[in-house]
This record gives sequence, C-alpha cells and structure tokens, in this order.
Amino acid sequence: MRRALILAALMLAGAVTPASAERLVVSLSNHRVAVTQNFIGEDLVLFGTVEPDPGKPGLRPSYDLVTMVTGPRETLRTRRKQRVLGIWVNTDSREFVRVPSYLSVLSSRPVKEIAPSDVLRRLQVGLDNFLLPQRLGSDIADTVPEDPFRVAFTHLQAQAGLYRESATAVTFLTPTVFRAAIPLPANAPTGNYLVDVLLFSDGVLKARTNSALDVTKTGFEQYVADAARDYGVLYGLLTTLMALLTGWFASVVFARD
Amino acid sequence: MVLTEKLPARRPAVDALKAGRRRLQIYLPIADLPVNIFLVLGMGLAVGFISGMFGIGGGFLMTPLLIFIGITPAVAVASVASHIAASSFTGAITYWRKRALDLALAMMLLSAGIVGTATGVWLFTLLRALDQLDLMIGLSYVTLLTAVGSLMIYESVQAEMRARKGMPATLRRPGSHTWLHGLPFKLRFKRSKIYVSAIPVLAIGFTIGFVGAIMGIGGGFLLVPMLIYFLRVPTATVIGTSMVLTLVTMASATVMHAATNHLVDAVLALILMVGGVIGAQFGARTGQRMRGERLRLLLGLLVFAVGLRFAYELVVRPDDLFSLRQVRGE
Repeated sequence: MRRALILAALMLAGAVTPASAERLVVSLSNHRVAVTQNFIGEDLVLFGTVEPDPGKPGLRPSYDLVTMVTGPRETLRTRRKQRVLGIWVNTDSREFVRVPSYLSVLSSRPVKEIAPSDVLRRLQVGLDNFLLPQRLGSDIADTVPEDPFRVAFTHLQAQAGLYRESATAVTFLTPTVFRAAIPLPANAPTGNYLVDVLLFSDGVLKARTNSALDVTKTGFEQYVADAARDYGVLYGLLTTLMALLTGWFASVVFARD
Repeated sequence: MVLTEKLPARRPAVDALKAGRRRLQIYLPIADLPVNIFLVLGMGLAVGFISGMFGIGGGFLMTPLLIFIGITPAVAVASVASHIAASSFTGAITYWRKRALDLALAMMLLSAGIVGTATGVWLFTLLRALDQLDLMIGLSYVTLLTAVGSLMIYESVQAEMRARKGMPATLRRPGSHTWLHGLPFKLRFKRSKIYVSAIPVLAIGFTIGFVGAIMGIGGGFLLVPMLIYFLRVPTATVIGTSMVLTLVTMASATVMHAATNHLVDAVLALILMVGGVIGAQFGARTGQRMRGERLRLLLGLLVFAVGLRFAYELVVRPDDLFSLRQVRGE
C-alpha cells in the first residue's frame, strides 16, 4: 500500500490542481487488463490520498470523491421498435456519436448531494450530466436527460454492465485516504480507459487528477480478432478448412464397416 | 459406514467444480463475450444429434440457440455457417462411400447456389446497415419454418393414416410429369435417373444459397423436399446430394461472411463443430432405427415449433422497445 502510494506520488507529481491547495494522489491497482481466454471481468482498485491544504493546518473539511472511468469512444445507434402491421419493427433510430463504450461514475455519496446541479453539469459528473452527443439532423448535440432515446441508451448500456453510477463504490478509509472499486465487466471493450478523479468539498471542486488503464486482448484472442479484421478472406478459408478437417476426422473416427 | 465415508469425500469434488466454473468459461474473440464451453459443446451435441437423425444441417436450431445465449444474430448466423459445413462434410463422406450421392446434380445446383449465397451475403450486409437485419431473419424464419413444418406434419400424418389402413406408407410419386418437366434445356442425371430442365435446378440452387446466407441455415430441410417434389429425385440419392450442396454453400458463406462482415467467430465455430459432428454420428444411428414417416412427423413438429417461437417474438410486445447497435468503434 505504501509502496503503491509512493509510486503514484512519483508518477503523478505534476498533477494539476485548481485554485485550492489540496492535492490528490492516486494509484491504480493495475494499468493493463489483459483479456485472455478465460476473462470473466475484473475488479480494479484505485487507491488515493488527499493531501490537505498546508496553508490551513488543523482545518480538515469533509471531502467527497467522484471517480469517472470512461472507455474508448464508439458510435452507437439506438433503435426504437414500433408495431407495424401487427409485428414489431425498428422504425426510429438515433445515433450517439463518439460516446464512451464504458462509463462508470463512482462516488462516496450520491452525486446529487455532493455538489449543486450547475456544478455537476459543467463538470459532466453523473450519468445524467455526462455529455452524450446525438446526431440530430445535421447537428450533433446532447439532449435533455429525459429524452427517451437518451434514457433508453443509458439504460441499455447499464443493463449490459457498461454504464453505471454507484454512490457506494468509493470509501474513505480515513478522512483523507480513499479507495474506489472499478468494476470491469467481461464484455468491457478493449482500448484505453481514462480514470478521472475529482475531489469536492462543500459542493466545490477542490482538486482533480487522472490516471489511465488499458484493456487489451492478448495472445490468441488478439491474434484471432486481428486476423478476422485484417485478413478476412484468409481467415474464412482457414475456418472452412478447419470445418472440413473436423468433419473428415469425425467420419474417420466413427466409420463403421 | 461406507456411506459416511462417501459423504465428505464428495465435497472437495463439488468445491473443485465450483472453482472450475471460472475456468470453464471461454472468451470468444469475435463475439466478444465469455461463454461456458460445456454449454456450447452440449448445444453442438444436441443439434448434431438432431441433424444426424433427420439428415439436415440443423442451422435453423443452432442459430436461434446462439442468439438465445447472448451472441448477436449477425455473429451467430456467420459462425453457424462453418459449423454446418463441418457436419455436412461428415455426412457427405458417409453417403459418398455408400455411392448414394449424385455429384452431377449437386454441381449443377451448386453453380446457382454460390450466386445465391453471394446475393444473400450482400443483402445481409445491406439490411444490417438499415437496422432491419433482425426483422428479416425473424420474418424469414417464421414464414419458412411454419410453412415447411406444417407441410411435413400434414404429409406424414397422411402417410401414417394410410399405414393404419394397411396401405403402403411410402411416399407416392404422382404423375411423373409436371409443367416443370416441359421446360427447355433438359439434362440427364444418371445416378438419380432423372431427366429434367436446368431451369428449376438452377432456381432451387439459387434459393437455397440465398436463404442459407441470410438465415444461417444450410437449407437441408428445404432442399430435400424441393428435390423430391419438384425434381422427383429418388430418396436414395437425395440426402447425400443435399449434403454436398449444403457443404459447399456453407463453406462459401463462411468465407464470404468472413471477408465482408468479419463476423465469423472461429473459436465458437470450433466448439460447435466438435460437438456437432459427434452428435451427428449418434443421431444417424438413432434415425436409422425409426420409420421414415415417424421421423418426418417429428421433424415437421420441431420445424413448426421453432417457427412459432419466432412468430411469437415478432408479435408480442418486446420487453424493451429500444436496442443498440454499434456503428463504429475507434
């Protein structure tokens, strides 16, 4: 633990802090998550400590912490079904442009209690406040949180385990040392993840820092996925050859006289 | 005494099984999700058993099952193609050894079948872009399965009735000439002992290739009745010939799906294949012990039931009216 903190302190020595003089030092349990043959998801842990304002010793306000983890961006289409001639058909769709494929808002208290709504909106804290731009005609803009497509989008992503908001995932071990559990589901997309850590006190942002992690396919999985994407024809031919071999093998093994 | 000794001995095994459950999960690189390897293997075995028993590919069962365990319809359809190629190859070899296979007829059907497959893969890609792929797959399943299923049930029940009355239960081959036989470009297929126009042969080949690529089915359950009713191919060569056609259309569908949509999951396909070819061998043995009419009735009921299941899904209000589809990754 101490080693981790020292390491983090070295790594993030230059972390930017806003007006106030509190400093945030964080360290992630693992910066590289390998998706292997038996990957069933992983829980990462973020440890961190708040270094209080040296100018005001003795005064120790109560802190609130929000950690936002965003996965690689992707463009998704949300489709709505309607009944047409008795059957359910996708009739309407909205494109969400370059939105995070994974988004979790982890906090020590419900975000609504941490800061006033205008502050949350400006900092894009919380699922409702995070910018999810939609293509609306020729424009790309976010809508109100109550927009049915936006609600459906976050709901579907939450169901898939990719979007989540948890008010219990961050715990303060001491008034200044905290720990955040970052759950990565088995279907977590591969790519770069940004971990954004925000420290609030009395509804005001006191400090902010970030870290990053990589989710990568390794070994065989990486090889297969790359082959399928880059050498489609060859991959198809090899899969077919594999099918023929399996079929031939079975006919040999089970051949009856 | 023996019993008390046995009881605690079982516990470590159970614990090992529970710990092992983690290891039984295998991550599918293209479908991008972990599945239980024994579940997929079991599905392969079960569908393989049915396919061996009835002499069909079993794609119409496998694709819905894969969709049910959470694999997207697109990946399911593309991966099942290679699974069917494997099981039909096993079958084709067996029929080849028995000389119950009309290679000339198969080649003729194939030439049109490949064009059909290419058209099917093209439409598959187009519909996917238009967000209507799932609907199209659903509708095709409902129409085809309920129609073919009810025809099979009707036909086999009639055969059963005739058998009850003491009449021969074998399928009647009514008037050996229909309007199809009046068409030009006639060809003679020696092994099947038929003399027919090339037009219906090519049309059947195209239809099977097309439907197979869109629905992720080999089309054996469609092809066999078509060959019997339209071309009057004798039952001796029909299944073997159908298997060659299935093999080649599914093999080319695999390559085309891999080349255009990049959706073939080789790991998933391999697990399915291994289960499928083993199941098919046992199924074939069970099938040989049953009467033809009984077998056709069972298959008809199965096909019809799967069709109804799809109809239900289209008609009943879905739990969630919204769904997501990835347009672009980064």
